[in-house]
Amino acid sequence: MCRLVAITSDEYFSPIENIIALETMKEGHDGSGMGLALKGLGGEFEEFKDYPILSGICSRDGINKLDSFMDRLGFRLKYTWTPKTRPVKGIEARDYYFSRVYDYPDVFKDRPFEDKENLLLNTRLSLRKLGESDESIIVFSFYPDIITLKEVGDPLQLGTFFGLDKSSLKAKIILAQGRQNTNYAINLYACHPFFIQGYGSMTNGENTAFVPIREFLSGRGFPGYIGYNSDSEVFCHILHYTCKRLGYPLTYYKDIVTPLKQEEINARADSEAARFLKISLRPLCIDGPNCVIGFTPDGTCFMVQDAKKLRPGVVGGSKGKYGLMSEECGLDSAIPKRERSEDIFPMKFDMVIIKPGAREVTVWNQLHG
Amino acid sequence: MEPASRLDNNHELSLRDFPYIIRWRDERCKRCGRCTAVCPMFSIEPSVIVQRILHSEGGMPEPKAVRRVVTIIKQSTDIGRYCTGCAACTLVCPNEAIEPEYNSRNKFPFHKNKGGHPYRRGGRRNDPRPSTLDRLRFTRISMLTDPALDAGRHEFRIRTYLGRILPAEELPLKIINGKLDVDKKSGKFIPPVREIYPVMIGSMSIGALSPNMWEGLAMGVTYLNEVENMPVVMCSGEGGMPQRLLKSRFIKYFIPQIASGYFGWDEIVRALPHMVEDPCAIEIKYGQGAKPGDGGLLMAHKVLKLISEIRGVPMGVDLPSPPTHQTKYSIEEAVAKMIQSMSMAWGFRVPVYPKISGSRTAKAVLNNLVRNPFAAALSIDGDDGGTGAAYNVSMDSMGHPIASNIRECYLDLVAQGKQNELLLIAAGGAGKKGNLAANAAALFMLGASAVSIGKYIMQAAAGCFGDEYNRCNVCNIGRCPRGITTQDPRLYRRLDPDVVAERVVEVFKSIDVELKKIFAPMGRSTELPIGMSDGISADDPAVAERLKISYVC
Repeated sequence: MCRLVAITSDEYFSPIENIIALETMKEGHDGSGMGLALKGLGGEFEEFKDYPILSGICSRDGINKLDSFMDRLGFRLKYTWTPKTRPVKGIEARDYYFSRVYDYPDVFKDRPFEDKENLLLNTRLSLRKLGESDESIIVFSFYPDIITLKEVGDPLQLGTFFGLDKSSLKAKIILAQGRQNTNYAINLYACHPFFIQGYGSMTNGENTAFVPIREFLSGRGFPGYIGYNSDSEVFCHILHYTCKRLGYPLTYYKDIVTPLKQEEINARADSEAARFLKISLRPLCIDGPNCVIGFTPDGTCFMVQDAKKLRPGVVGGSKGKYGLMSEECGLDSAIPKRERSEDIFPMKFDMVIIKPGAREVTVWNQLHG
Repeated sequence: MEPASRLDNNHELSLRDFPYIIRWRDERCKRCGRCTAVCPMFSIEPSVIVQRILHSEGGMPEPKAVRRVVTIIKQSTDIGRYCTGCAACTLVCPNEAIEPEYNSRNKFPFHKNKGGHPYRRGGRRNDPRPSTLDRLRFTRISMLTDPALDAGRHEFRIRTYLGRILPAEELPLKIINGKLDVDKKSGKFIPPVREIYPVMIGSMSIGALSPNMWEGLAMGVTYLNEVENMPVVMCSGEGGMPQRLLKSRFIKYFIPQIASGYFGWDEIVRALPHMVEDPCAIEIKYGQGAKPGDGGLLMAHKVLKLISEIRGVPMGVDLPSPPTHQTKYSIEEAVAKMIQSMSMAWGFRVPVYPKISGSRTAKAVLNNLVRNPFAAALSIDGDDGGTGAAYNVSMDSMGHPIASNIRECYLDLVAQGKQNELLLIAAGGAGKKGNLAANAAALFMLGASAVSIGKYIMQAAAGCFGDEYNRCNVCNIGRCPRGITTQDPRLYRRLDPDVVAERVVEVFKSIDVELKKIFAPMGRSTELPIGMSDGISADDPAVAERLKISYVC
């Protein structure tokens, strides 16, 4: 079972906080990978809020291919961040880790944001395809105000490897996952958090309904619903499908992944609509043991549990900084000064929602709607 | 020496030519006559023979040959009175003195066509091999990587839907104060969808079934809904339904079927204004898996008063259902019209779906229905299904197995992204070897949304004698020894409808437990594992390849 550490704050903080929290849960991850997703970027990225950032890893050949591809599309490089890597025993360094800020091609500058989003998605998918066979190009995200960093290894060692303890890299929302590799060969595309068009998520669990969900998403006719090196990637895509493609409010994500029984739906004010969702989106029910932590484009963070609450998950903190974690020891590490009695352990009907700015925590109960 | 002509039996059959040979034990038989009275085929009869025996009396052995007349039970060698192996004789014998024995070297098919009439029978395909479904195993068992659910402790919801499901993109929803609401002004037609138990009782008509059998099934289904909270539904089969049921609130648990004879539909239409509830759905039968391309025939001697009233026909006449609907000439037009007409009869409040026999052309039908927004589902009936009456050649040699048919149809829907819009109902062979829950679960994982059962429930609820060795299988002649498929009161009074109902309830409750035992270790509890093909494997590489699942050995 993977370990999850998400922190949302009204002030910028370093991802090393997440990594130290992950270290407290060390028995739960096996060093088969760590992923970081940073949103609401500070430091040197603060001035590039409106520009897309491409995060990934390239070989020497790959970076040349990437450059010529981006040039051809008309993207102009504005800024490059690369971690100052240090050799760490056990971590096999790749050639080039990067987060690069680009300016949109001229023809897209005045286009609506939706067009730009689709351009970014298609570009990321093309780059992925370009480098997939020889692993010369691996790209995790291409979107404004988002950086993702992933590598195989122990989280704390990776923090040292990437020099994050001394880096100026900061953000207001950071998701980190320490991976426990179970079913699949180690592949960086299988590493959480997953990201698509402003929506990100990570999970500790295993998705028993993976195949029907994958088949359903693949049939939606949306180019971004591919990949699925991990069975958990579908959680992120369901989130995107729910909120962006269908335009539903965030709470309906919970209704879709863990639908209520009909007699429970009948008691809801929106019962008619909830019933239709349950029927029409039946293949998206996740069923198996999972705790999902994610964020939406506006910076709202959330945590939901599977319908049986088979996975741990805790939310706690104080005004201005909250953590959403798989274990409480992580919370004690990241936010020790908090009222522990106010920690929230979301149960099977709960969706914990923290708005941007981390001022307060809302627990939305699915039964009450 | 006897004259040669007396030994010339050339044109007679010997018992060795027959599929079942009666083993009668002289020393156990008390000559009560119960076996001969119960035999539906009059295959056995009391007879007398003269026996020459050696007899001795007195203190010293002084054997004398005496001739004695003895009463015996004799099996007929008249092929019209062949022993079907039903073993009703064994059932009634107080001394276990008689039983039929299967004769695998029989020559029955060579001879059962007297008068130029091919062999006709009821029952099922005489193929005792395990079906493909019985060769599938559930191999993805969660233990430590993914803690398994507990079938006894956790809450399970074993339900499915019946009805055309709109894709979420087409739902007329709007957001009001952060909540979704149905936009009533959109004018968008939202097809009716029922939530049902995923194992349903398939179409068996009153007529094919005896009144006691049908009533027992109907009572069992109603009890499951009303008392056990299990929304099991049942299809009527062609031939209408009793008026009192049509006009009752229990009609919501039933699926009236319309087929090529349209029997019973005058009465159903007349009942329409008086109906207090809508039926669960309407099934339009275009084909039947056990006898693809063949019609039905309810023989005149089965058309007694009750049947004639329900079907709206005179008593004592043959009731043939043609192999095809006479109004049908194209799926694009006539079938669409029929689906729409049936929908319209209930104000578009009732799902309407066609049933076809398993066929290599099923995908063509499927794709047509995908484009028909009123088609609620497609029921595909595989060749391991049963029937009340058909030609032996249709049953044994025609048809398509359900496993690959349902799988290719499902994958076709997946390719179009419509697997949750037009639902597939699988029938024909589920529970062939008694493993109903396992077969049903495998069919869900291959892509079926629901499974329909017929002969399994006849076997489990009423002890039908039939099997794949051509045992009994005389559903067509009105002499069912169990009273299941007969209209003769002397026969069907043997069958207690309350016992049938009780068995129906027991069967469904145990299926429910078994399904949980399958789903729990596979991590499925809220929704059916429809299309969860990574959960099953086949023990044959060719089967695995065809079904696009893994192979294990």
